[in-house]
Amino acid sequence: MGLFSFFSKDKKETLDKGLAKTKESVFSKITRAVVGKSKVDDEVLDNLEEALLASDVGVETTLRIIERIEKRVADDKYMNTDELNGILKQEIIDLLAENNTDFLQDTNEEGKPYVIMVVGVNGVGKTTTIGKLAYQFKQAGKSVYLGAADTFRAAAVEQLCIWGERVNVPVIKQKMGADPASVAFDTISSAKANNADVVIIDTAGRLHNKVNLMHELSKIKNVMQKVIPTAPHEVLLVLDGSTGQNAFEQAKQFTKATQITALAITKLDGTAKGGVVIGISDQFKIPVKYIGLGEKMEDLQLFDKTAFVQSLLG
Amino acid sequence: MFENLSERLERSFKILKGQGKITEINVAETLKDVRKALLDADVNYKIAKTFTDTVKEKALGMNVLTAIKPNELMVKIVRDELALLMGGTSVDINTKGSPAVILMSGLQGSGKTTFSGKLAKMLKSKKGKNPLLAACDVYRPAAIEQLKVLGEQIGVPVYSEIENKNPIQIAQNAIAFAKKNGHDLLIIDTAGRLAIDEQMMNEIAAIKQAIQPQEILFVVDSMTGQDAVNTAKEFNDRLDFTGVVLTKLDGDTRGGAALSIRSVVDKPIKFVGTGEKMEAIDQFHPERMADRILGMGDIVSLVEKAQEQYDEEEARRVAKKIAKNQFDFNDFMGQIQQIKKMGNLKDLAAMIPGMGKAMKDVDIKDDAFKGIEAMIQSMTPAERENPQLLNGTRKMRIANGSGTSIQEVNKLIKQFDGIRKMMRMVQRNGNKFPKLK
Ligand SMILES: Nc1nc2c(ncn2[C@@H]2O[C@H](COP(=O)(O)OP(=O)(O)OP(=O)(O)O)[C@@H](O)[C@H]2O)c(=O)[nH]1
Ligand SMILES: Nc1nc2c(ncn2[C@@H]2O[C@H](COP(=O)(O)OP(=O)(O)O)[C@@H](O)[C@H]2O)c(=O)[nH]1
Ligand SMILES: [Mg+2]
Ligand SMILES: [Mg+2]
Repeated sequence: MGLFSFFSKDKKETLDKGLAKTKESVFSKITRAVVGKSKVDDEVLDNLEEALLASDVGVETTLRIIERIEKRVADDKYMNTDELNGILKQEIIDLLAENNTDFLQDTNEEGKPYVIMVVGVNGVGKTTTIGKLAYQFKQAGKSVYLGAADTFRAAAVEQLCIWGERVNVPVIKQKMGADPASVAFDTISSAKANNADVVIIDTAGRLHNKVNLMHELSKIKNVMQKVIPTAPHEVLLVLDGSTGQNAFEQAKQFTKATQITALAITKLDGTAKGGVVIGISDQFKIPVKYIGLGEKMEDLQLFDKTAFVQSLLG
Repeated sequence: MFENLSERLERSFKILKGQGKITEINVAETLKDVRKALLDADVNYKIAKTFTDTVKEKALGMNVLTAIKPNELMVKIVRDELALLMGGTSVDINTKGSPAVILMSGLQGSGKTTFSGKLAKMLKSKKGKNPLLAACDVYRPAAIEQLKVLGEQIGVPVYSEIENKNPIQIAQNAIAFAKKNGHDLLIIDTAGRLAIDEQMMNEIAAIKQAIQPQEILFVVDSMTGQDAVNTAKEFNDRLDFTGVVLTKLDGDTRGGAALSIRSVVDKPIKFVGTGEKMEAIDQFHPERMADRILGMGDIVSLVEKAQEQYDEEEARRVAKKIAKNQFDFNDFMGQIQQIKKMGNLKDLAAMIPGMGKAMKDVDIKDDAFKGIEAMIQSMTPAERENPQLLNGTRKMRIANGSGTSIQEVNKLIKQFDGIRKMMRMVQRNGNKFPKLK
């Protein structure tokens, strides 16, 4: 079959030409390839492979998806394009961990305040996502406290404070360079004293291969538990939608250091597809809850599997 | 998930053994592995394809000499080609002009503001410049404040206009300010923007028009995936930038985006960012990047880091021993001690060829090297100096003495051999790749 069979083919197109031309959807390519044929051939699978790789799905997951489709096709010899398209989407959707609730629903079930800690590598969009989440909670009539536990990056505290003003929620802060665990402690204590519904803790961006910084996260968690033993109720890992295969390692290391309960993928308003989360969600069984679609406070949406897969292949 | 390419090639080239020439058929499996390695490293899938085609052409018909293993030959071809694509010699930054103006550009969160600070600091101390930073990100909350904090840290003034929401004007005013105040270098930080955001792309094109900078740097996160080509191409089409900055290389990403970008825009990678601190800036080294993309470890950087931060004497002594092929377990132990001193164990360990993968899943605590140290300590002085003495009985004794297993001892010896080989190869050729006889 056609997987990685790049020898048999000439260079079909020069790179530039390939990049310049507007991308044709996989579905339409597949339709063209399958019309008049009774089975899925290499060309179809090649197109699929290309689309998946181009969306950062990664070699391993791409191969898995293709294998599964090949198998389905082999079992079910005569298949038309509609059926094939359906199967294609379904196979990918099946890999994405189930996600039935958003944080809003969860907050209703737990005691007060519901504590969310937000983590991730540098520059992925943690602080912005916190601003957006706070806005959503606020819209739903919840009272929110933000904790400025990124005490490391220049003006990170000011950045979160501006979000606090925008959304009109209090921000608990200390000086730059203060102990982040102590900021988290203060925030949760204040929120509890004021009977707030939700606490969201911002943390400094950290690369997952920095051992000390990863230990710091466990420390922040431990200190939180002095105020509320069950905190944090959610640990949200923010991934940049334009990140490639390294996101895997990010998920792995952050999962190890803190128990990640949900993923958010940002910057999907760009041309990047964020396909790497398929493999991540499958392997670590962590649901993707939110996607970021811009820099404004309204630009946060609940993750929709079907729409995501459609954009991946479209 | 990421297997070292040389390990992969070793496996796939078993097929090739005993065949005199590299042919379409016997090279197929290998090229597949090369392509997979590139894709795992986030090299754009089209570029990975083109790349393997080129490698194939170069490899076809080459004689597989008995002296050199076919997989080594193949690794050489791949590395040479990669390094070539990555750009030969490093290109210096243009700081001529009064003031010389450097404009930053890139996506959100790529590291523009941080890099602006790093560059100002570097050019101030290394080239004796008198830099001025200009805060032209009028959108991101506290972006101006961020640059000001960094400016303060490095002792470089920051030009900003809090009330002004027009970055083109601010940039122009900054030039006037720089001229008036004797700054011979102006670095302009801008807001992050998506390549498909027409309005924002027009804005930065207008800034360029208005100020005619000497350099426009495209700052890109080294963890970027397949989309790197689109973004780089789009920014280049609009700005015709003069160089690329690759940030966050202190992470463990393989950084294939570097290759993708080099392939779609013919612009040099001028700097890399290796941390959040203001000192964490470095020149770009194409060969090291090639090795990193292939997952071959980065022994040159490791040795350099060791030299830089610690015992130069020791490094020189070790270099000599490597040259004479006398690098032994004592030296290995010495290197481990140095690494331990240097902190950030995982970073450093990953640079050692063959160790990268082994270290990936290990929780590196301070006792990460405990097993290895125990095994080396259980060797006799003679064994440490002459690793070839290690036969079955000796290995067993070491395993018992160190509370490990014979498998672990074997693994250690294999790792050690790999390191030794790699070190020699690197050294013999300076920073270049091994030449074929
Ligand atoms: N286009 C777009 N930009 C985003 C999105 N989310 C965040 N950003 C931008 O990305 C940049 C980094 O966002 P931050 O929220 O500061 O990221 P962070 O993870 O808190 O960064 P550090 O704290 O510096 O590690 C900012 O310029 C944000 O405006 C998104 O969904 N789409
Ligand atoms: N680890 C690491 N972090 C970096 C590097 N360069 C920038 N950062 C971090 O990445 C985040 C975004 O950087 P920033 O300069 O604000 O990006 P900008 O939005 O492009 O201006 C910040 O948290 C920085 O501290 C780097 O080389 N290594
Ligand atoms: Mg932040
Ligand atoms: Mg910035």
